[in-house]
Amino acid sequence: MTAAADLIILDDHGLYCPLGDFHVDPWRRVPRAVITHGHGDHARPGMGHYWAEQSSLPILRKRLGRYAPLEGLAYGQQVRFGDVKVSLHPAGHILGSAQVRVEHGERVWVISGDFKRDADPTCAAFEVVPCDTFITEATFAYPVYRWPLARDVAGEIHAWWQHCAEAGRPAVLFSYALGKAQRILAELTHHTDQAVLLHGAMVDLVRIYREAGVDMLPTTPVADLGRKTSFAGRLILAPPSAAGSKWLRRFKNAETGFASGWMQIRGNRRRRGYDRGFVISDHADWDSLIRTIEECGARQVLATHGDTEILVRHLLERGLEAKPLRAPYGDEEDAGGDQGPD
Amino acid sequence: MRAFADLFDRLDATTSTRSKVSAIADYLAAVPARDAGWAVFLLSGRRLKRLVGAAELRQWIREYTGLADWLFESAYAHVGDLAETTTLLLARREVAGRELELPLATLIEAHLLPLRGADEGTRKHKVMTLWQDLPLEQQFVFNKIITGAFRVGVSQRLLIRALHQACGIDETVLAHRLMGQWDPGAAFYERLVAADDGEADIARPYPFFLASPMPEDAGELGDPAQWIAEWKWDGIRAQVVRRGGQCFIWSRGEELMVGRFPEVEAAAGRLPDGTVIDGELLAWRDDAPLPFALLQQRIGRKSPGATTLAKAPVRLMAYDLLEAEGQDLRTLPLVQRRQRLAELLAGRDDMLLSTTVAAGDWQGYAALREQARGRATEGLMLKRRDSTYQVGRKRGDWWKWKVTPQTLDAILIYARAGHGRRSNLFTDYTFAVYDGDELVPVAKAYSGLTDAEIAELDRWIRGHTRERFGPVRAVEPTWVFELAFEGIHPSPRHKSGLALRFPRISRWRRDLGLADADRLEDLQRLLATPT
Repeated sequence: MTAAADLIILDDHGLYCPLGDFHVDPWRRVPRAVITHGHGDHARPGMGHYWAEQSSLPILRKRLGRYAPLEGLAYGQQVRFGDVKVSLHPAGHILGSAQVRVEHGERVWVISGDFKRDADPTCAAFEVVPCDTFITEATFAYPVYRWPLARDVAGEIHAWWQHCAEAGRPAVLFSYALGKAQRILAELTHHTDQAVLLHGAMVDLVRIYREAGVDMLPTTPVADLGRKTSFAGRLILAPPSAAGSKWLRRFKNAETGFASGWMQIRGNRRRRGYDRGFVISDHADWDSLIRTIEECGARQVLATHGDTEILVRHLLERGLEAKPLRAPYGDEEDAGGDQGPD
Repeated sequence: MRAFADLFDRLDATTSTRSKVSAIADYLAAVPARDAGWAVFLLSGRRLKRLVGAAELRQWIREYTGLADWLFESAYAHVGDLAETTTLLLARREVAGRELELPLATLIEAHLLPLRGADEGTRKHKVMTLWQDLPLEQQFVFNKIITGAFRVGVSQRLLIRALHQACGIDETVLAHRLMGQWDPGAAFYERLVAADDGEADIARPYPFFLASPMPEDAGELGDPAQWIAEWKWDGIRAQVVRRGGQCFIWSRGEELMVGRFPEVEAAAGRLPDGTVIDGELLAWRDDAPLPFALLQQRIGRKSPGATTLAKAPVRLMAYDLLEAEGQDLRTLPLVQRRQRLAELLAGRDDMLLSTTVAAGDWQGYAALREQARGRATEGLMLKRRDSTYQVGRKRGDWWKWKVTPQTLDAILIYARAGHGRRSNLFTDYTFAVYDGDELVPVAKAYSGLTDAEIAELDRWIRGHTRERFGPVRAVEPTWVFELAFEGIHPSPRHKSGLALRFPRISRWRRDLGLADADRLEDLQRLLATPT
C-alpha cells in the first residue's frame, strides 16, 4: 500500500485523513477535528470545528470552553467528509470515548484512541469494528500487564480504607480526575454506601458523570468542609498532581494510595513513595491488545503511543503488517508524573 | 508460607518504621520457632545461595509461559526485577489448584535446600511444580527466595527492634547473637530469644560501631579537647577475633574472610587469647599504604598465591580494642581502650597502631584534613575521648570528616534502566571524556541526581536515543555532568587506561557545552600527580 493510498497519515498537526481533509485528535490547530475522548492530550483547544460522541460533550465543554464549536454524534451515526464516511464506536475508555471508523470505497480504517476491554459501569463497552487497518494505542504493551477485575480492586481499596479507618487515619487515593475517579466511585458501590471526599479538580467531572446517569457513591467536595473537620477514617480522592502539595497537609497522618495500571510494577509504587498501589487502568492490557487486533481482523496495525516497538515486533512475528506511527499522546491518564510518553 | 507472604505484604504496604516493626514482631510471635528462624535469616538479608541460576530460571519461565526470548527479556528490562517479572508472567497461565500450603521452614528445608547440587532436570521439575502449586499471592516471595534477592526495606536495626518487641531481649544482645554465621532453624531461633546467654560462639564478632558523616560546621562538636582525631584510612573495615586458639577476620558486611589475608591471620595468631581488635585492612609497604587498587586485587582472592602476597602485602591498622583477656571492653571510654590497645601492640611490627593526630582547635583540624590526600588517607576520624563502643550508626560520638572530593566534567553517552525502585527509569549512566575526537568512557555513576532531574533526564534519553544495545541506550552526546570521585588510578582493563574511585554525580552542568568538558589528558595529569 503506498502512502498516497493511506486513509490516515501522520502530519505535523496530528493523524490526518487526506481524502476527507480532517484530523483525529490533532495537537496543533486545524479546521476540522474528530475527537476520540476528553483527555487533555487528545482533546486540545483551538480547532475550527469539533466532532465528538455526544455524551462526551459536557466534558469537552469543560475542557475547551462553553463556546467551543462542538458537534455531537451518536455512536454509529455516520457523517461524510467528502467521499469519506466517518462514524464513532464505543472504545470503553471513559464516558463518551470513541473509536473512529473511516470508510472510503472498499477500505475501512479504525483509530482506537485509548481503549479497554474490561467491564466499566461508567461508559459503553468496547465494540469490535471490523477493519483493514487498525491504528491502536500501546500504552501497556508488555505481557506483564494483565488487569485484575476492577470490582475486586475496588474491594482492595475498600479494605484499605477500612484499615485506615480502624487506625484513625485518612486514606488519600490518587487517581486521574477524569474517568478513573468516577470508575472507582462506581465500583465502590458494590462494597459500601459511605460518602467519599473529592479534590476540587474532580467535582465538576463527577457531576457530569452523575448527570449522564452513572451510579456512584455519594461525594462531598473537601472545600465544603470546615477548617476543623477531622478526616480520620475518610476516603479522599485526589489527582496525582496533588501529591506533595500544600493542599494535602490538612489530612494529617494520612496513608496514600495510587490507582493506576503502572502500579502493576512494584518499583513504580516504591519510587513514588505511595503506601499502596491499586492496579486499575482504563487502557487495554497486553491480552486485550492482542485479542482486539485479532477480532477486528485488520491486516495492518499501526501503533501510535506507548510501547509501540514491542507490540509491532510481536505482531510482525505473527505475520501481520505492523509499524509504529508515533503520535505524541502522553499517557495523561496513567502517567502521574514521571512516566514519559515513551 | 501464607503467614510469611502476608508479612511481606504488610511490610510492602507501609513506609512507616513503626508499622514494619509491629508487623515483624506479630509474625515472629505467631509462627513456630523453625519458621521464625528462617524468617530472621531472610529478613536479615541473608541469601540461600546457589539454588538455581538466574539464566536457567529465565529459560524455565520462558518455557513455562511460551513467550519469545526477546519478549521475555523486554518485559524483564521493563520491570527491572527477575522475581517480579517471573511472578507477573506466571499469572498468565491459568492453573486450577495453586493451593499448596507449606510452612516456610518446610518449603526451604524439604524443597529448596535439596536443589543445591541436584541436576538441572530435578531443579527445573521442582521449580516448575512449585510455580504450578503455590498460590499466586505467594509466588512473588517464593521467586524472591529462589533468586536470592529477598529485600524488603528491613534494616538490621529494624529487625532487631522487632525481635526485641517480640521477645524482650536487650537489643545489643540480639545484635551480637545475630552476628556471624549461623544455621537457621528452631534451635537457632530459641537460642536467639533465650533469656540467658549461653556458651558464646568463639568466632562471633561484635556489631560494628559506624561513624556518621561530619556536620557542616566542626565547631558544633564543642570543645576540641574532648575529641581525638585519627586519619581515615582507605581500606577495608575489619574485626580480628582471637579466641580459643583460633583467629577470625570479619568484614563489616559480617562476612568471615577466612584464608584471604594469611599475613593478618598469622599476626592475629600472635595475640593473646580472648582479644578482639577493630581496624582497617590496608595494602601496606614499609611505612606507607599502597593504592587501594592493590588492596582490591586481594579482595577477590580466596587464597592468594605468593606473587600476589608479595605484590600487595596487607596489614591491619588497629584502632580499637573491643575485648581483652576475654572481657568485653566496649563500655570503657575510648581513651582507655586505646591505651590498652597501644600496650598490646607495643613493640610489634606485624600490626599497625592508628596513631592520633592533634591540633589545638577546629581550624587546626581543618588544616590537617586538607593534608589527608597527601598521606593517602580519606580525611579525618573524630572520636569523642570518652565514647563507648556502640552498635551500628549512632550519631554523636564518632564522625568521619572526609576531604573534599576531586571532580571532573564528563559527557553522558550511555544509559540503562535501574532496578528495584528505579526500574523502568533510566538511572544508570556512563560518562565519557574526549581523547582526541573520540569519546572514551571513564566512569559509571548511579547516584547524585534528584528525582526530578532523573525524571527529566529519563524523558530526554527516551527522545534522544541513537542506538540500542539490549537494555543499554546510546544517546546523543549533549549533556555535561560534574562527577565527584575519591581517587584515580591506572587501569589497563579500561579503554581510557584509568579508573575512578567512587564516582558519583555532583551536578548537572547545563551551563557547559561539550567543548567545556574535561579531556582525557586532564585526567592523565591527575594520575601523574601523586595523590
